[in-house]
Amino acid sequence: MKQLFLTARLDIVESLRARWFQIYTLVFGGIVALLFVFGLTESRVLGFIGLSRLLVTYIQLTMAILPIFVLITTVRSVAGDREAGVFEYLLALPVSLGAWFWGKILGRYVVVFAPVFLAMLGAVIWGHVDGIEIPWSMFAYYTALLAAMALCFLGLGMFISALARTTDMAQGAAFLVWLALLLFLDLILLGVMIQGRIDPELAVTIALANPLQVFRTAALAMFDPQLVVLGPAAYVILDLFGTAGFQFFALAYPAALGMGAALCGYWLFRRGDLL
Amino acid sequence: MILLENLTKTFRRAPVLNGIDLAVGLGERVALIGSNGAGKTTLIRCLLGEYACEGRVRIDGLDPRRQRTAVLGQIGFVPQLPPPLRMPVGPLIEFSAALCGTDPARIAAVAGRLGLDVAAIRARPFVRLSGGMKQKLLIAIALGRDARLLIMDEPAANLDPEARKIFFDLLAERLADATMIISSHRLDEVSALVNRVVEMDTGRVVLDDKVAEDVALTSRLVCRIALKRFEPAFAKALDGWNFAADAGQLVWRGSIAGADRLRFLGILSRYTGLVSDLSLMES
Repeated sequence: MKQLFLTARLDIVESLRARWFQIYTLVFGGIVALLFVFGLTESRVLGFIGLSRLLVTYIQLTMAILPIFVLITTVRSVAGDREAGVFEYLLALPVSLGAWFWGKILGRYVVVFAPVFLAMLGAVIWGHVDGIEIPWSMFAYYTALLAAMALCFLGLGMFISALARTTDMAQGAAFLVWLALLLFLDLILLGVMIQGRIDPELAVTIALANPLQVFRTAALAMFDPQLVVLGPAAYVILDLFGTAGFQFFALAYPAALGMGAALCGYWLFRRGDLL
Repeated sequence: MILLENLTKTFRRAPVLNGIDLAVGLGERVALIGSNGAGKTTLIRCLLGEYACEGRVRIDGLDPRRQRTAVLGQIGFVPQLPPPLRMPVGPLIEFSAALCGTDPARIAAVAGRLGLDVAAIRARPFVRLSGGMKQKLLIAIALGRDARLLIMDEPAANLDPEARKIFFDLLAERLADATMIISSHRLDEVSALVNRVVEMDTGRVVLDDKVAEDVALTSRLVCRIALKRFEPAFAKALDGWNFAADAGQLVWRGSIAGADRLRFLGILSRYTGLVSDLSLMES
């Protein structure tokens, strides 16, 4: 356990000094600041107003940015460290492979989750100071959603890093994964379905398996049961699960997917060459 | 201490180590030499358990892949190229010390002996240090604990003569209780440090021989060099060796580490036309 926390701390210290982390923090902090500056809390769209409007927009933007950011920065830094000789040196110290791998994930999870959460928390505090009503249940669920999202893409990133031997390959693979998830959002599936190329059940199954779609649906499910702003698969999904059931699924499935990917990554990491 | 049996490593069907058999006992100091691509680094990585390989690797009877923390707890490693770590020096020392079960002050003390003031650079990112400072710190981390096996890849390459002297002293203090593997492209760089030479070529051991231990690691040579005329390039070449010249800058005096004699003579060989008299005497 001591080795795990030492490795996690090491990764946090390394990440805090990395350029990607500074940009990452700036992006999410900047998003919240811009949403306030542009008066999003005063606008009304589809029933959302006040801080809930801001939080919905924030989570939608996060869903667009966080996955690709986490995937690319994770594979770049892990594969890059391996190529640059960081692994050669640090893995020559008496640290177990389990503590090393999971410690890296733990440390990376903290630095990936903290900026997106703190930006959202900042928005809530700002709103509180401004006297805006705080939607606490929404804030709590979105926090859990962000935590699941970070775990999901971090796990996928670690898996790709363990699989790919070079930074270029790892980056290419991470980008392809993200592209594939984008392509299988339900609005695109709908087009394929209309052309009669796939069954509706298959389209819904694919949408359910896509963590991006799951996050997208869950982010609005609490407030728009009809989900008119989303695609058809979301409607069917909610019909199957119910709102509460889907909210649970939207947290459990991506988290399990991320952990599963991380476990596969760990298995690959420890069975082959470490460098 | 180290036992390798039929050690074989291939990368995409290209063999890099071809069935190496080697046994190294406690207290042996082995120069692992060979040209680029000979397999030295791969062999070291197999010893450190960083590569999965065929054959048998045992360190003190333990498998570095399966019992890595027990094995690596006994090994002090200095890589050829310092890792580009962004973390500050202080946390790096604390991290290494905590993993290796040693006192950070002990690492700082070794660094201090090598001329590196850890207190002054605690907050500086490791990657921003000069090449020599990085090397000193990595040596301090390797020697600042009770490692029974020291694996060093060109450890003295970036050190100035004064630091090399101290480095040899530090190694001399470990002669009784540690085995050393020192990797280098050139034998003359490490010959004075070792008592055995293993030369590798295309993944095989092509030479395995003992070296006469006539040069003590702690020995000093008092040196006097007389020049026919003053040459600024010569003065620059001696920069860092702490030599002093007489008023006319024609006679230079100083001392060098006994283990550094080949390196020193290699530098002098560039100015043989200038040298009218040279003496090297063990002090």
